[in-house]
Amino acid sequence: MAAIDMRNIVKKYGDGFPAVNDVSIDVQDGEFMILVGPSGCGKSTLLRMVVGLEDITSGDMMIGDRKVNDLAPRDRNLAMVFQNYALYPHLTVYENIAFPLRLAGAPESEIDQKVRDASKTLELDEHLDRKPGNLSGGQRQRVAMGRAIVRDADAFLFDEPLSNLDAKLRGQMRTEIARLQKRLGITTVYVTHDQTEAMTLGDRVAVLKRGVLQQLATPRELYENPGNLFVAGFIGSPPMNFVPAEVEGNTVKLPFGSVEIPAEKAERAKGRGLLIAGIRPEHFEDASVVTSDTTGKTFRTKVDVVEWLGNEAYAYIPFEAPPEVQAQLAQLERDLDGESLRTQLVVSLDGTSQIAAGDEAEIYVDASKMHLFDPSTGENLTVDESRAGRIPEREDPRAAQEAEQMADQGEEVHSADSEPRA
Amino acid sequence: MKNKTSIGTWIGFVLIMIWCLLPVVWIISLSFKPVEETAAGSPQFLPKDATLQNYKDILANDDFTRALLNSFGIAMISTVLAVIFATLAAYAIARLEFRGKRFVLSLALAIAMFPVVSLVGPLFDMWRTFGLFNTWPGLIIPYMSFTLPLAIWTLSAFFREIPWEMEQAAQVDGATSWQAFRKVIVPLAAPGVFTAAILTFFFAWNEFVLAISLTSTTASRTVPAQLSYFVGPDPFNPPYGQLATASVVVTVPIIIIVLLFQRKIVAGLTSGAVKG
Repeated sequence: MAAIDMRNIVKKYGDGFPAVNDVSIDVQDGEFMILVGPSGCGKSTLLRMVVGLEDITSGDMMIGDRKVNDLAPRDRNLAMVFQNYALYPHLTVYENIAFPLRLAGAPESEIDQKVRDASKTLELDEHLDRKPGNLSGGQRQRVAMGRAIVRDADAFLFDEPLSNLDAKLRGQMRTEIARLQKRLGITTVYVTHDQTEAMTLGDRVAVLKRGVLQQLATPRELYENPGNLFVAGFIGSPPMNFVPAEVEGNTVKLPFGSVEIPAEKAERAKGRGLLIAGIRPEHFEDASVVTSDTTGKTFRTKVDVVEWLGNEAYAYIPFEAPPEVQAQLAQLERDLDGESLRTQLVVSLDGTSQIAAGDEAEIYVDASKMHLFDPSTGENLTVDESRAGRIPEREDPRAAQEAEQMADQGEEVHSADSEPRA
Repeated sequence: MKNKTSIGTWIGFVLIMIWCLLPVVWIISLSFKPVEETAAGSPQFLPKDATLQNYKDILANDDFTRALLNSFGIAMISTVLAVIFATLAAYAIARLEFRGKRFVLSLALAIAMFPVVSLVGPLFDMWRTFGLFNTWPGLIIPYMSFTLPLAIWTLSAFFREIPWEMEQAAQVDGATSWQAFRKVIVPLAAPGVFTAAILTFFFAWNEFVLAISLTSTTASRTVPAQLSYFVGPDPFNPPYGQLATASVVVTVPIIIIVLLFQRKIVAGLTSGAVKG
């Protein structure tokens, strides 16, 4: 058992592409750390540097008190579950799980004991004599985990372990992994692109974009106090709504009307001109089902589409955004691997709401939880820094800027690469 | 409709079987005929008076048994060496990025396309100088140089199919690179290894041009070369029966080997390695 400390890790590939730019993450002993981000953000590369399958260009990788930069994977004593499980197809389930023990030269009785313990934990007892080819996806997944837990490894590393399973199994295995980790109390680093997995599993979550650490915080902190536009858009489903906004006194002018925000937030955004306001879908409500006083906090608008789910309903409200904001939102959408179709609000309504598609409805908005972002930098102006974990951009703006510049260069490398092919 | 196609398939199948197997059956039938029948003007297909005399004669022929031993030894050694070298080379080609990788591969292919006959002259001179003429290594070396390229190509294709994660998982599990190769990659590439082995063995077993040019006595002459010395006492009456018998005797090991290895080749071992 050990802590993993990544200090200013940089990874540059042979073609000059910087996959990871100056990332520092401290994983505490016994902590469940999630690395999350859209594809190509360097999260898997970072994990592979921890385990030793990728060289580290610069920076220090510490496991416990040892610097492991130059150690081979087998000398790092870590266990890893691969995205495609990487089971040995010529060996039975039993031998797959026993493989690390046999390599370590453990005595036969000890191997048998440990393999049977692991298979019991993972409910693989009746499959021990089968080959991986005859197992279902979930069973293979469990065998891969068995191979990891059978050794007394210092830490577990997971590389998108659930992405090959169907939705139902994914939910079950997610709970299973959480339970196992809590029981064994082992340091875990888990890579995923799925924000639900990140939120539900992690003690802390590191959000990465283009190889740069955006924010390192608990799921709650990320959700309530995103450090910038990217984190705000990435965490939460359906995602946070971004609308153009202008602050005058304590009033925020939004495309569909003006709402009051707390004085403290308004103060921070004063004199900044055009901003982007971020409001989570659940901070809207059908005004007719809200029991408290809604005066001055509602607006009337036409609802385009309503998706009723029983316990709640999502209403979609299109709006027009000025070009500056539009460009920034389109860029954000690209960063998030999405496609920007139109600017619209997603509003979560109570299940009892009677609003139907095409209606002109009265919508209540709880503006106290609204965040205001600078459209040029994406920085969150209203973040509560005491409850936002680590935001590298704020700790050391210059270093963060340099990291961003490296990422920009990386994009040039890649676009130069892709041109001849296109 | 379905019946019609299956009938067509069967007719085609039978035609091809006859086309392929008739010469083989003819040889087998010849090997059981006594000399009087083979010398007859228009011999019938099946032996009238089947006899095992040909087999007794040929196995009592010291030159032939010695050639059989040479064939076995030379083919086996070439196969084992070629497969070992090809496995290592193919693994490097499949996994490592190095300068001149393409060059190595295309050179290997070029060597495989080289006509054997063009090498006979130079090799004959060289082997006499080096003292390799009429020895086992004198045949093993050129056989390997012709079979290695094909083996390397076959095996590197197999290795490329094996996901990188296999070795990486093994290394994380505590294996050295060599252990990962031996315990994970080689077993997974077994079908490829057997394919390469069979191809190499066939080539060495059947090869004639080098075998007759680079040998002078039964010290190293292989069966295909030795058969050309089966002339018998009467130049106008070659011992057809004996030739046919010898052919049968050399064909049997090949058939046995193919049947033994066939399962290994067919078994798709990599299924289930990863999701897919």
